[in-house]
Amino acid sequence: MKNISVGAMETKDTKVKKEKVPRQKMPEQNPQKRIHNFEEVPFGYSEETAMTEAKRCIQCKKPGCVGGCPVDVKIPEFIKEISEGRFIEAALKLKETNGLPAVCGRVCPQEDQCEKECILGKKGEPVAIGRLERFAADYERNSGKVSIPPAVKSNGKKVAIAGAGPSGLTIAGDLVKLGYEVTIFEALHKAGGVLVYGIPEFRLPKAIVEAEVQYLKKLGVKIETNFVIGRTKTIDELFAEGFQAVFIGVGAGAPVFMNIPGENLMGIYSANEYLTRSNLMKAYLFPEYDTPIVRGKKVAVVGGGNVAMDSVRTALRLGAEKAMIVYRRTEVEMPARKEEVHHAQEEGVEFLMLHNPVEYIGNEAGWVTGMKCIRMELGEPDASGRRSPVPIKGSEFVIDVDTVVVAVGTMANPIVPATTTGLETNKKGYILTKDESGRTSREGIYAGGDIVTGSATVILAMGAGRKAAQAIHEYLSRK
Amino acid sequence: MEGNLSLNKIIEKVNLSENVVRMVLEAPAIAQKRKAGQFIVLKINEKGERIPLTIVDSDAQKGTITIIFQIVGKTTAQLAGMKAGESLQDVQGPLGNPTEIEKYGRVVCVGGGVGVGVVYPLIVALKKAGNEVVSIIGSRTKDLLILEKEVGENSDRLVVTTDDGSYGVHGFVSNVLQEMIDKGEKIDRVFAIGPVPMMRVVCDVTKPHGIKTIVSLNSIMVDATGMCGACRVAVGGKTKFTCVDGPEFDGHEVDFKLLANRLRMYCDQEREAYEKHKCGCDGN
Repeated sequence: MKNISVGAMETKDTKVKKEKVPRQKMPEQNPQKRIHNFEEVPFGYSEETAMTEAKRCIQCKKPGCVGGCPVDVKIPEFIKEISEGRFIEAALKLKETNGLPAVCGRVCPQEDQCEKECILGKKGEPVAIGRLERFAADYERNSGKVSIPPAVKSNGKKVAIAGAGPSGLTIAGDLVKLGYEVTIFEALHKAGGVLVYGIPEFRLPKAIVEAEVQYLKKLGVKIETNFVIGRTKTIDELFAEGFQAVFIGVGAGAPVFMNIPGENLMGIYSANEYLTRSNLMKAYLFPEYDTPIVRGKKVAVVGGGNVAMDSVRTALRLGAEKAMIVYRRTEVEMPARKEEVHHAQEEGVEFLMLHNPVEYIGNEAGWVTGMKCIRMELGEPDASGRRSPVPIKGSEFVIDVDTVVVAVGTMANPIVPATTTGLETNKKGYILTKDESGRTSREGIYAGGDIVTGSATVILAMGAGRKAAQAIHEYLSRK
Repeated sequence: MEGNLSLNKIIEKVNLSENVVRMVLEAPAIAQKRKAGQFIVLKINEKGERIPLTIVDSDAQKGTITIIFQIVGKTTAQLAGMKAGESLQDVQGPLGNPTEIEKYGRVVCVGGGVGVGVVYPLIVALKKAGNEVVSIIGSRTKDLLILEKEVGENSDRLVVTTDDGSYGVHGFVSNVLQEMIDKGEKIDRVFAIGPVPMMRVVCDVTKPHGIKTIVSLNSIMVDATGMCGACRVAVGGKTKFTCVDGPEFDGHEVDFKLLANRLRMYCDQEREAYEKHKCGCDGN
């Protein structure tokens, strides 16, 4: 590593023993204050802090971090640019392989990916790769110096993409840079998929998603919103209109309910609905915005994933006096990121572990008033390797609630498979692919993201989009 | 809006009654594809809500669709205040499953209030499929009756009712249907669309006689593509989504009480928004 001028935070001592510089914290909004607004929780690194953190990277010759990244971000290279104060260059380096760095820097589970493989993590704390990624991407966007690569001459080949979520946006960016004429068809009125309807403003400001979408449009990607593939037009019709390949990245797209008595009472939402009302429709700004949402005082969110955390933290911000996570296993098994759980705890969310709802109780008017729960204990490990929860007989009791959000997962939305001839799915309705390239049972049709894997992460969907882009390029180059 | 295929322009606007409006919209992609029984979701502007409305008619050549709506709250009031030439920000569709149109024999189509607009395209399609169509349409009072001429032109027989007796038969549409059944008239299928109480009563009338009765539900929706479950209803004891499993269901299996409840879920907020709109406090 080059010896370079240093920021105020670096001392002589740390030059000798670099591992002693602690992983730099990101300042955050005070929990008591932030539960009353929808503004982003972490503020991001300052230039100085970013450089200090970047210098912790020892620039491994064979970096493990890159192998941990589904889109192979050139991690040591971009961090080196930051450490030397070349922030714009760092952003450009990121964008070579990642079309959505400002998003990934915020919502990727780095602790399970790049940072998990960081050599510094073996003895101490890994380099804060995600925070640095966020810093570089934000720096570029805020500088107003977002450079648009020179337009690539069209090769005359048209590719259609169903769904403007993480996988669709990624593949669109990759293919347009290779000269394809790319059109994304999005069912909703706004592009972004889960980034706009699912992830709340306080975790991913929508202006960032909008900027990424605008960037893609400047690259030449066409986006048709309000266009439901399978309804407005079918994939077969798109082929007939001259599209030569289609990528399906429509997401899992259907909520799972538990099918217990009372689940259709008023005040009970799927997480998809609750979050879509708040995020996409901006119901938290009702009546300035027209879409309403129930502002519950006693809110229970069922589930232990990131979506559950997003829902319960939204409930707090909508004015809940009591916001609970009800989860059938223990905190150890919770699939949510530690950071999200930590943020929820800081904000005063109650965690009711080893509990499962079995019935909802309503009043005369049809509103939910109670959630009958049964206590659980952990038994033998199940297929996922986690100890499976077993109900304790006779332990039922009722919790007072006025709002419930069911966040126990999603399943495949059948619209696209049901309207596309010869497209094979598995018994759960997810589209079958032949390999990592996303090839389906139909020539020229590729698929990736949650509609193939079931609910997963933004970055895995982006990885699938990237691989399908390469596969479509190879396929259409042969044609 | 990212650059829609169509401009969603209002081509024509006609007031059918004091609070019911017919609008013709430019929506070529939807007009191409739409079948009887399907609906659209529209959003007027950036801050608007998404509301589902049945497609009453379409013209694939002109690239237009027709909607009919009743002014019940802020969004519909705002929509009614728009003029021909103006555009809606978002129109999505066609959504939902088309009506199962077959040659059933003699069908009775029952429409109440603004529901006459929703049942109208079914009447047209059923007639075209070779059915003998008996239409029973009604409203509270004469001035609120819509599409009498259009329905009449496409039906073999038309009976009009008003609750207050100001026009046609004094009484409810369900009374007329009951009389037909009591007279022993052969009915192969009933389609009933209108307010929830009307649909429930019609189903009560036909059920003892085993006459299959199809209803079209007007649940609250958000995405309308099966993603959110806002529109869930109970049909035959099972939860269904109106947007993707419907909007039409076997009326004898529908839990109307649940439907009526869930339609009232945002009553207070809707009133608040509408009041602010009426006094101009929302800036619109």
